[in-house]
Amino acid sequence: MRENSRPIRVLGVGLEIAVPIALLALWALTSAGSTSFYFPPLLDIFRAFGDTWLFERVSTDVLPSLARLFTGYAIAVVAAVVIGVALGSSRTLGRMVDPVVQFLRAVPPPVLIPAGILVLGVGSGMKVALIAFVCFWPVLLNAIDGVASVDPALRETARSFQIPARERLFRVVLPSAAPQIFAGARVSLSLAVIMMVVSEMVASTNGIGYFVLQSQRTYAIAAMWSGIFLLAILGYVLNALFLLVERRVLRWHRGARAGAG
Amino acid sequence: MTRSSRHASSHDTSPPGDGPAAGAAAPPRPETDDKGADAWAPGSPVTGLPDGSGSGGRRSGWWLPLLGIAAAILIFEVLPRIGLVDRRFLPPASEMFGALFRMVLDGSLWEPVLQTLQGWALGLGTALLIALPLGILIGSLFLLFMSTRTIVEFLRPVPSVALIPLAVLVFGAGLESKWFLAAFAATWPILLQTLYGVRDVDPVALETARSFGIRTPERLWRVVLPSASPYILTGVRISSAVALILSVTAELVLGAPGLGQQINIARQSGAVADMYALIIVTGLIGWGLNILLSIAERRLLHWHASQRERNR
Repeated sequence: MRENSRPIRVLGVGLEIAVPIALLALWALTSAGSTSFYFPPLLDIFRAFGDTWLFERVSTDVLPSLARLFTGYAIAVVAAVVIGVALGSSRTLGRMVDPVVQFLRAVPPPVLIPAGILVLGVGSGMKVALIAFVCFWPVLLNAIDGVASVDPALRETARSFQIPARERLFRVVLPSAAPQIFAGARVSLSLAVIMMVVSEMVASTNGIGYFVLQSQRTYAIAAMWSGIFLLAILGYVLNALFLLVERRVLRWHRGARAGAG
Repeated sequence: MTRSSRHASSHDTSPPGDGPAAGAAAPPRPETDDKGADAWAPGSPVTGLPDGSGSGGRRSGWWLPLLGIAAAILIFEVLPRIGLVDRRFLPPASEMFGALFRMVLDGSLWEPVLQTLQGWALGLGTALLIALPLGILIGSLFLLFMSTRTIVEFLRPVPSVALIPLAVLVFGAGLESKWFLAAFAATWPILLQTLYGVRDVDPVALETARSFGIRTPERLWRVVLPSASPYILTGVRISSAVALILSVTAELVLGAPGLGQQINIARQSGAVADMYALIIVTGLIGWGLNILLSIAERRLLHWHASQRERNR
């Protein structure tokens, strides 16, 4: 079984496409006459999906959810990069804040929701603030580390050529730290989705998370499944978008690595 | 270098980005050294400057982290006291730690802690039982890998919390739900890391073992698993953090017994200091588990190049 032999490769690509389709078909067929309360026929779920999300509840649930997600995430990334660059440039400061950052990062994010409700109430502001707070730490941790481990030779070279600090930051420090910052930002993105969904489940009157849990409580099972599908698609799309951006921004980095290796 | 970096970049097992100086003088590093993993599961200290730069800085500044912790606690003590934040919402640190101390003394802390850890352990254990054999199988059979690829790549980024309503429907609001959610979430990182770890085994080593007539189980044990172990252990560390998150979330949203539920109860009954004390406990658990796993990782991988480098 050689992986790189042509027939095997062709078969592989064929399977890559065929198997998911076959499984979906199988699910549709076996569930077609389903009377199980929890697992309705797949076609019913699709119908519920069309009724609910195309485009009935887009403005009432999907958009508010996404707005909170992106606002919180953006605030966190920008703040973490700015603060991370500052802290990472000073070795003393970096080591001082390290245990505190490590600890705050280790708190399982959803436990902060009760505190958020207490301090900020149940509105959108609380959710945005919590998403921002939770997403801040992984990016900060990686930004500090990335900036602190910029190749000293590179740093010194830039300095000895008397490149101004501003230029050094944008041409040397940030590009060097970018791969690590992106790694942190990707972790944060999945935390942001978790926080969006859970905060809406616990305290909200709209949003996808609210809708899904509410559907379950009112036993609208097909609608609940459609919401789960939507969240799955959302997770997939966000991840794909992130990879797209990352690939664009770090294109030089991949090239450099391929060349070095 | 090329092998591991190609895999890291083309498959995105876990976030790529093994440091900017990846091209410089590093031994072939598996994703263990990936800061993405560290971002998921903190614990390894921010090492700061590369080894060897600056003489003896590590030892001379050992008190800096302690100073940092003291400063943070001081800030949380002073802010509410001078009225910069409302102490009904954020009590001084001394009150939080007082509440924590009281819970330790009267023993009321331990039951929810154990309940949360139970969910974590069951979830992580189940995930290991499912993901490890499956990852090895999928990783070794090319056609199986291609067949499952789309499904795995689609299911992996699905936010596990989306399954909370399904879990409560099928399993109710108790331990089973917690177990299911933690296991589901923790399966993916281990599966993905194992799968790509197995696929990344040096074909020359594999062929050599084969040409010496070493049988498949033996080959698996002596060649494939050791070679994939850095990946697998990173997966376990990520999964541990994820299992804890899902365990606590199930307690919080569904009211399954454990720390999450206690935090909710503390908030509803206005025991604010208790609530913060319990939040601190969850953080300490997350931190502690990760440190334990890091130590285990270092022990198990002491022979591996990445660890030898680190211990130098």
